[in-house]
Amino acid sequence: MTTVSSAEHTRRDFLYIATGAVATVGAAATLVPLINQMNPDASTIAAGAPVEIDLAPIAEGQIVKVFWRSKPIFIFHRTAKDIDLAKNVPVASLPDPEPDAERVKAGHEQWLVVIGICTHLGCIPLAHEGNYDGWFCPCHGSQYDSAGRIRQGPAPKNLPLPPYAFLSDTKIRIG
Amino acid sequence: MSGHSTYQPQNGFMRWLEARLPIGGLVHSSFVAYPTPRNLNYWWTFGGILSFMLGVQIVTGVVLAMHYTAHVDLAFKSVELIMRDVNYGWLLRYIHAYGASMFFLAVYIHMFRGIYYGSYKAPREVLWILGVIIYLLMMATGFMGYVLVWGQMSFWAATVITNLFSALPGIGESLVTWLWGGYAVGNPTLNRFFSLHYLLPFAIAGVVVLHVWALHVVGQNNPAGIEPKSDKDTVPFTPYATAKDSFAIAVFCILFAWFVFYIPGYLLNGDNFIPANPAVTPAEIVPEWYYLPFYAILRSIPNKLLGVIALFSSIGILAFLPWLDTSRVRSARYRPLFKQFFWLWVIACVGLGYLGSKPPEGAYVLISRIFTAYYFGFFIIILPLLGIFEKTKPLPNSVSDSVLKKA
Repeated sequence: MTTVSSAEHTRRDFLYIATGAVATVGAAATLVPLINQMNPDASTIAAGAPVEIDLAPIAEGQIVKVFWRSKPIFIFHRTAKDIDLAKNVPVASLPDPEPDAERVKAGHEQWLVVIGICTHLGCIPLAHEGNYDGWFCPCHGSQYDSAGRIRQGPAPKNLPLPPYAFLSDTKIRIG
Repeated sequence: MSGHSTYQPQNGFMRWLEARLPIGGLVHSSFVAYPTPRNLNYWWTFGGILSFMLGVQIVTGVVLAMHYTAHVDLAFKSVELIMRDVNYGWLLRYIHAYGASMFFLAVYIHMFRGIYYGSYKAPREVLWILGVIIYLLMMATGFMGYVLVWGQMSFWAATVITNLFSALPGIGESLVTWLWGGYAVGNPTLNRFFSLHYLLPFAIAGVVVLHVWALHVVGQNNPAGIEPKSDKDTVPFTPYATAKDSFAIAVFCILFAWFVFYIPGYLLNGDNFIPANPAVTPAEIVPEWYYLPFYAILRSIPNKLLGVIALFSSIGILAFLPWLDTSRVRSARYRPLFKQFFWLWVIACVGLGYLGSKPPEGAYVLISRIFTAYYFGFFIIILPLLGIFEKTKPLPNSVSDSVLKKA
């Protein structure tokens, strides 16, 4: 057998690379179950099914807190004054510009439904506090207005809207 | 520095073992004959204190895990049962809870000492970086342990800290859901935190072995910041360092015991004696004292993503310290300007700790911003420039010279 120069590609080189490639892919594949097991399990996802909420008992001016997917949902029955305040703000001046009409369903302007989790670091803002007729977050001082929009403080975004629909004038389904 | 072991097994069994597993020689060369600089002061005893504290936390933690239940409905109650019903449960839990504080107190002194005497400079860069990794693991372990109590502050600390990752653009939201195992902090979160809180101390112990290994390869730094040259500059680890470390550990334990037995409620947050309630955030969220400086840095920046980046950078920048400090002189003893900037930096760190416990408003925010700016400025502006412009004092000829001239 003649001496094989190390620069030359041999069948053994090919076998080394092929073996290494299979081992790498195999090792990566074992990570999938190890990582994915940490995502929400089937029972958690099942418990996240839509919920129906009866709005009739909520008085004007009242804010109630319900839970959907372990998240607090604020349902605010807004007064005419709350709606006016929310509508009369120049939208361009807001940190996260959104007109009031995009925060509520058309024809149901008295109802504001938002996820009650501060968009800064996840605390639950306190209702009817702060300078903007809405919420105040006790953790780092973010303030939200009567449309759940961020007005002041470190939170970057408005309170998010959950997916919901009106089943009748006094009933909504969240989820 | 190791390697010239003079170990002679004393009896037949040890001779038999040494030929098969030379563990006696390893212990002898690392902890008996190992040469330590003769000028080490008491600031060098904190490595021993930290090893001791890691042992305390592992022993008390393993025992507490025998009585703790990691379930959202039972966790808070099981902690109360440990306090009231388990034999000596109150003692074990207070030792574990205060042990965390004492551990962090010791690690901060250890880190300040390392920076003051330039212990991170060549050839000790890897030693220093391993220390930064240990510190990061300690922070993660301490945080997850605090969550296990499942009081109000536990729950909301878990919420706020995991939400830091939601600031990452794009993947943030799904990453946080993955961390939680649900749509909010809940039972899956508590379970995995318990698993990791049990695991990480052993990971810390593993990195500590690497840290000590690296230390024994390059040798200890010392207050003069120059390498020992001859046998006159060093003394054997045993009895000198062994006795000094033991004495320091005993003194440290007096402070520890004073907290545990005389003021056990001093550092505990009242809100954490209320069971976790996902519907109500406590009026004021304050982390444990040892995270306060970083919390103040987070809050001093009005943008969410930048605040989170500043928080992580403030710790990550420590890993680059060996290259940010351009001066070839190690010890602050011979660096008059560095010494002043160093103490200002210590004031900024302690000041940020104080500001982290205050509400984020008015003058507190302004002062936090000034201290945060100085914290980073110290690393990325002052240290690189000092190496060029500072006029250092003359170094002593040897370690023994530095000791004997002073006397």
